[in-house]
Amino acid sequence: MGRYLLARILWAVPIVLAILVINFLIIHVVPGDPVQALVGDFPTPPGYVEQVRQEFGLDRPIAHQLGLYLWNLAHGNLGFSFANRQAVLGLILDRARLTLLLMLPSLTLAAMLGIALAMAAAPRAGSIYDGAITALSLIGYSMPIFWLGQLLVILFAIKLRWLPAQGMISLRNTPTGWAAVWDVTWHLALPALSVTIYYVAVVARVARASVLDTISQDYVLTARAKGLGRRAVLWRHVLPNSLIPVVTVIGYNFGYSLTGAILVETVFAWPGLGNLFITSIGNRDYPVLQGIFLFTAITVVVANVVTDLLYGVLDPRVRVSHRAHA
Amino acid sequence: MRRFWPRFVSERAGLAAAAYVLVLTIVMLALEVMPGSDPHAITSEVMLPPSAAHVLGTDELGRDVLLGILHGIRASLTVGFAAALGATLIGVLIGAVAGFYGGILDLLCMRLSELFQVVPSFILAAVIVALSGPGLPQVVAVISLLGWPQVARLMRAEVMRIKHLEYVDAVRCLGTRETSILMGEIVPNALAPVLAAGTLIVGHAILLEAGLSFFGLSSADIISWGRMLNSGQRFLFNAWWLSVFPGSAIFLTVLAFNLLGDALGSALNPRSAGKK
Amino acid sequence: MISTILEISDLTLSYATPGRKLMALQGVSLSVGEGEAVGLVGESGSGKSTVARVALGLTPAGVAHIQAGCIRIGGRDVTHLGEDAWAVLRGHPIAIVFQDPLSFLNPVMRVSRQIAESVERHTPELAVAPRVRELLERVKLSASCAASYPHELSGGMRQRVLLAIAIACRPKLLIADEPTTALDVTTQAEILALLEELRVDLNMALLLISHDLGLVASACERIYVIYAGRTIEWGPTARVFGAPAHPYSEGLLHAAQTDRDRDGRFVTIGGDPPDLTHTGVGCAFAPRCGYAMAPCTEAMPEPIALAQSRSHMVRCWRYAEGSLSEPAGGMAEQP
Repeated sequence: MGRYLLARILWAVPIVLAILVINFLIIHVVPGDPVQALVGDFPTPPGYVEQVRQEFGLDRPIAHQLGLYLWNLAHGNLGFSFANRQAVLGLILDRARLTLLLMLPSLTLAAMLGIALAMAAAPRAGSIYDGAITALSLIGYSMPIFWLGQLLVILFAIKLRWLPAQGMISLRNTPTGWAAVWDVTWHLALPALSVTIYYVAVVARVARASVLDTISQDYVLTARAKGLGRRAVLWRHVLPNSLIPVVTVIGYNFGYSLTGAILVETVFAWPGLGNLFITSIGNRDYPVLQGIFLFTAITVVVANVVTDLLYGVLDPRVRVSHRAHA
Repeated sequence: MRRFWPRFVSERAGLAAAAYVLVLTIVMLALEVMPGSDPHAITSEVMLPPSAAHVLGTDELGRDVLLGILHGIRASLTVGFAAALGATLIGVLIGAVAGFYGGILDLLCMRLSELFQVVPSFILAAVIVALSGPGLPQVVAVISLLGWPQVARLMRAEVMRIKHLEYVDAVRCLGTRETSILMGEIVPNALAPVLAAGTLIVGHAILLEAGLSFFGLSSADIISWGRMLNSGQRFLFNAWWLSVFPGSAIFLTVLAFNLLGDALGSALNPRSAGKK
Repeated sequence: MISTILEISDLTLSYATPGRKLMALQGVSLSVGEGEAVGLVGESGSGKSTVARVALGLTPAGVAHIQAGCIRIGGRDVTHLGEDAWAVLRGHPIAIVFQDPLSFLNPVMRVSRQIAESVERHTPELAVAPRVRELLERVKLSASCAASYPHELSGGMRQRVLLAIAIACRPKLLIADEPTTALDVTTQAEILALLEELRVDLNMALLLISHDLGLVASACERIYVIYAGRTIEWGPTARVFGAPAHPYSEGLLHAAQTDRDRDGRFVTIGGDPPDLTHTGVGCAFAPRCGYAMAPCTEAMPEPIALAQSRSHMVRCWRYAEGSLSEPAGGMAEQP
């Protein structure tokens, strides 16, 4: 297992490096002065631009610049956001927490619901369930997630007035203590619902295919032949095996989920990375944009490695081969 | 191939999707030739809900929503097709080379495609467009550059499968050069699943473009459904029609391309016939 | 008087898939009594695996339909039992080991756990860990295998694990469906020897299903021959293989014993295997049979006794009253 983990980490390192290089290239390939990409178009105090020019060695040869760039990044210097009056790294980490607060419960809920749906439908394998789940996931794939968010706001927040439409906390009578927790949860509901609905269909489709495939496996026959009851067969033999593709699909598509959450945030003014992203576009706060790109890309790489690990835990056969990716 | 048409036609959803795409294309072309009313025209009839005069309502500048949607077809379809074409061309080239020559070249190409698959494409696209300025060419270029891995993988798998088939050896015995074999024999036969994948990329590209426009990263001169959703976001509380209808247009169009891609996939691949 | 553990009488079973209906079994009769070693022999597609599964209600639900006949276990009619009722019956008195051990073991569960499941289910009064160790010893597996996953073991070891799982149920009858087909020759012999040892030690009956005549001949006292879903000849091994009555059995034996014919070609039974989606009324072997006569295409004969003791039975018009009464040796080959 240790060797497997090492192999996965070794895979990740060059990719992270490549991501940093990509960002570097973007700065130099886009039209205009590279320093503008590093500083942004938001008004800065005098002399700042010169300072950045020095820090990143923009008058030196390209290779030197790359070295300085990587050096700066390694020291957590992602620039400074004057629009937010905070260093970019700290700013992103603060907001990232809120994005994760939105993402993780939604994904967990989507996973559980999707699997539950699949397990409920599997014994009744037939074209109706197949068709329904396929249709649902097709609709999910085809819908812009931010539009789904808008629809939910219109329906639940505006027409029905059940849930708040925007923000993370109530601005009038701001509650404290446990009431604050409840308040945040209340505000989290609609954005989380958007993300959940979006991914339930994806998960259900994979889970259903997986459950159907697992049920037809020979070892299920052995389990039944032992005299195990239906429930024991389902929970002890079918579920652990059918879970594997579901976990890997969610894990390897973490990038999509993250992007989805970021898009949804803008509809609900949820103060996470998505909101930061769109306001920074408006402010032309370019260092923040790049910082978000770096952060999300590296997070996805980490998520991939974590999924590889999880895969290894769930399926011992994978530990023997070092490549978990198809 | 002879059995392509009957199988394709039997996929009724795919047929409906193809008809829809055809209608969209016709409308788009028709509007080029006969522009009709100016969709940009600012009138005084602002923020009107759907009515007989304006079937889908008007926006904050008095522009008719239906007209906007019809003119928005152009942006979506051109970006969709162009980006899919670009991604497919790049993917086919890289995949064919990787699958045929193998070795270090293959390893390199696969690592590259892994890299592009890991990177969150929307965010990368947004950053690039934000830094280089909005405009359709940039958007198309970025989406193509981010979309090729999927096609490359498919192409590579197909090429690797075909190159071991006997008729390739037969042609080789005739003394044909390796590159000619690749271009003449293998690639044409490997293209079928790529076609289906390419169609799916159109849908993906449309969604990506919509997202970029929604974030305000598109040019204000071009009418785009995503941009309409951006306005819709600002007026969510007062004018639901500004969000519901443009979004529906995106949804239906992407759905159509996804159905088309699925139908093409099962029609071209006899092995998957009957499976959905 | 040996008590019968499993009795299948004239069973007809079809597989219904969209557009096709396949008659997998069209009249199978067999019985296994306490302590007996019985073999079921036939070619691929003859229905032997279906017999193995139907005996434990393991045929695919919704697709497989029993249309006639009955199955009795220990005298009780179990033909139309539901899944929950079957779960109670499986393992004891009848257990089963299957053919390809890699796919028949849960890949993500340790081997000891899989054996332990059987122990907990059938002998809950026993301490699990010691019993698992004892079972591993019985099947001649070292205790260090216990913590392994199936893919870490060799084919022979996995088959032993399947055996351990089966005997943990303390079965009165063990059905072995092609237990050695996926193994190499040396391992085959080992597993067979182990099967025989277990049978004697645990006073277990054995139903050995295989296409390998030699295997079945060496291990079984009685044989059933199955063709196109029908048991067409059965009796003591010595009689069925020594003096085969049915032309198909003759052909099988001839092909098994002879390497090549006069012209240097491999010896086979001429013709093609029957198409099970279209079933006629007559004997399914008639198109390939060198002795085919008029009644063969019209109806399938009832079992005819070839000896006073009624131990050797055959379903062939040649032995009906008025035809030849002795099995002839040698069979004309079809060109």
